[in-house]
Amino acid sequence: MTDEYEHYEAVVVGGGPGGAAAAATLARNDVETLVLERGVEAGSKNVTGGLVYAEESAPYTIDGLFPDFREEAAERPVTDYYLHNVAGEKVKTFDISDLHDHDTEWADAVLRRKMDSWVADRVHEIASETGGGLLTDVRVNGLLREDGEIVGVTCDELDPIRADFVVAADGVNSELARDAGLMDWEDPDEWFQGVKAVVDVPPEVIAERFDIDDDEGEAHLFSGDLFEDVRGGGFVYTNEDSLSIGTVFHLDSLVAEEAEPHELLDSLLTHPLMANWLEGHYDEVEYSAKLVPDSKKAAHPSPHDGRLVLVGDAAGQMQAQGPIIKGMNHAVTAGALAGEAFAEARMRNDPESVGDLYERKLRDEGLMAKLRPSGYRLASALGEHAPVTALTDSVLTSGVGRAAVGLLGDRLESLYSSPTLSQIVPDTRTPYVTMPTVIAEELGERVEGEADYEPKSLLDRIGDLTYDTDVGNPHIRLRDASAEASGAAVSACPVSAHDFGGGCYREETVETNGDEETIISLDTQPCVECGTCAVVADTEWEHPRGGKGVEFKQG
Amino acid sequence: MHSVVLTKGVPDFREGKVSFDEDGHLERGATPTVMNPNDEFALQAALQTKVKRGGRVSVMSMGPPGYESVLEEAMGVYADDCYLLSDREMAAADTWATAITLSAGIEKIGDPDLVIAGFKTADGETGQTGPQTAWCLDRPIVTHVIAMEVDEDAGTLRAKRLVEGDVDEIETVEAPLPAFVVTDPEFDTSYRRAEHRLRHKQLKAETEARAENYEDHLTSWSAEELELDPDFIGLDGSPTIVSAVDPIPKAPSEREATMVEPDDSEGMGEVLETMRPLAGGD
Repeated sequence: MTDEYEHYEAVVVGGGPGGAAAAATLARNDVETLVLERGVEAGSKNVTGGLVYAEESAPYTIDGLFPDFREEAAERPVTDYYLHNVAGEKVKTFDISDLHDHDTEWADAVLRRKMDSWVADRVHEIASETGGGLLTDVRVNGLLREDGEIVGVTCDELDPIRADFVVAADGVNSELARDAGLMDWEDPDEWFQGVKAVVDVPPEVIAERFDIDDDEGEAHLFSGDLFEDVRGGGFVYTNEDSLSIGTVFHLDSLVAEEAEPHELLDSLLTHPLMANWLEGHYDEVEYSAKLVPDSKKAAHPSPHDGRLVLVGDAAGQMQAQGPIIKGMNHAVTAGALAGEAFAEARMRNDPESVGDLYERKLRDEGLMAKLRPSGYRLASALGEHAPVTALTDSVLTSGVGRAAVGLLGDRLESLYSSPTLSQIVPDTRTPYVTMPTVIAEELGERVEGEADYEPKSLLDRIGDLTYDTDVGNPHIRLRDASAEASGAAVSACPVSAHDFGGGCYREETVETNGDEETIISLDTQPCVECGTCAVVADTEWEHPRGGKGVEFKQG
Repeated sequence: MHSVVLTKGVPDFREGKVSFDEDGHLERGATPTVMNPNDEFALQAALQTKVKRGGRVSVMSMGPPGYESVLEEAMGVYADDCYLLSDREMAAADTWATAITLSAGIEKIGDPDLVIAGFKTADGETGQTGPQTAWCLDRPIVTHVIAMEVDEDAGTLRAKRLVEGDVDEIETVEAPLPAFVVTDPEFDTSYRRAEHRLRHKQLKAETEARAENYEDHLTSWSAEELELDPDFIGLDGSPTIVSAVDPIPKAPSEREATMVEPDDSEGMGEVLETMRPLAGGD
């Protein structure tokens, strides 16, 4: 055994699209590149809604970096895009394909296991030629430092590794970003939480019910009163032989309303529109969840420290502005720009400049402006105050507001299709709940239909997932088990619920000396590693060791 | 660096695969033959040496032509090439006759730096063939090996081995090469360096492709080609006499039990009362 640490020119942590783009760009510039992925296979730890975009304005696209991506790794293209405003059974549907098409070269539905594992194989091929490659089952658990400087990474499964350049593409719960002090898990209002059910539907049924051909696909968004007062919405995307059905909510709103994410998903699954699509074919194969950074608030303007740069979700680079939901494409751009930055810095013999160079590229290529639009900052300053929300809502729901909605009628569809407007939508009840509800009530039509199925129970959803539990080695520990500090996790955790004993977080009443006290207990076995509890509860949160924990087959 | 791994085909004793007749005798015809599970560790040890030091790994077995599927399986773990010692004259050999045959095969290959065997086979369970082969080859032998490092320049093997087969007691020993190693099922197959995992991944991909066409990498030798005296191999060369095979009686599968449903509070109370004296708590 030798005491010398290994050295690679570049270590990329995470085998998702951001890490893949970084690694491919580095390797193509002859940088010796090692990619470390903690899942048993790339994609086994990843969840998306989701659609992957190729933007006309972006310097990089995933099929540009990985030829044949669309044929080999993607599902159906999105050829039509709809927004459904829902008030009970009344629905007013807008065709927002124009908004979707804006700046879009193409957009495909994807499932992450299939997508990421295919991409990872390409990355391994390219990186192998530099003397590196991609390894799975390795969890990077921190940064290797010398005299306070970042000089590499430390891992659970491997000895420390030195690197001239470290790319943290380790996702929304990036342990490296936190180790570097660049990101935190503090404010629920910087995050969304999404839950998703993948439902197997035969291609011929998809063709018939959505009236599309094999090479066509649809995206549907839902907002309104489906989800009570919780701010967020739902989506349905068509895959080749399944549907991705999910809901995404502001985490602060989920906590405030004490909503159960799986029940919100159920209300979408049983809506008459969905009942008509799924009738006789509700075969839910995977339940999953993911924390989503809100780039407007969370995207780090300067995501680097010394030799370390953050890419993708790890840097909060997830754009969710109204109906525009883009994450993976930005991760691809950021990853490739990070790779470019290092190759240039190395060529100039000034590797220390890589962070500044990366930051400049994010700005110059227009990515930061998409992630943190200036319009939103102005609008939110005005529009995100409770009194303003209350006033807008009361006007909207009054006769005046209703009359205005009625008068606008189908003009609303084009208003909703404005890329500029969608960027400045405030994060309040108004656009998510009040406005769509009023639109549906005034302009909508009643949809007939009743679900001929019961959504799966949370117990079955957990039971159907694959876990390799790291017995005796829980990756999350409760620091404070009081209901005040950690009680929010009982409802907000997507695999926990009040009065449900099979989840991660439970509420227990204990009697001490005649006093009743509520404490929170935790069992990480059913954990889907979304990271919600790291934000809403007081925990010590880490990922499980390499290859351990949940293994998504769809993602 | 050349390692030769010895392997044997054994009946697949896994649940649902193995068949016994009415008298409790193994039905070989109805039970598939697989690579002896312990040999996996011997192959992993050879692969580890190749990952860290380079060289070549060969796998060798004595058995009928049908054993080739066993060699295919072994090659799937790792091997650059494989050897099958196969002859009617070699049939029904005990461990001693087998050791003589295998040592002749190893000597015909040349003088490999390492010969590695797994810990006893799943059928015979004697654990004798490895040590006897080492004796025939006049090599130092290290058994119960759980980790090893080869230093080709110094011509030595340094190994960690279990003392008395106990994981609580481990000794480190050094042996001159060429040597004979018997791996323990506790053999540590992990790699702590990325370069080793990358090489391992590459070698695994190569060997899986090779295993599909294992015949292209197979050398078969008969007793004549090995210049073996028929009196010392096969049944004739086996001093072991099996007088009888007795089936081991099955443990009684039904015991006297009282069933209590979890929500039967009266019943659960009785369970607690029954257990209380045994708990020693009060």
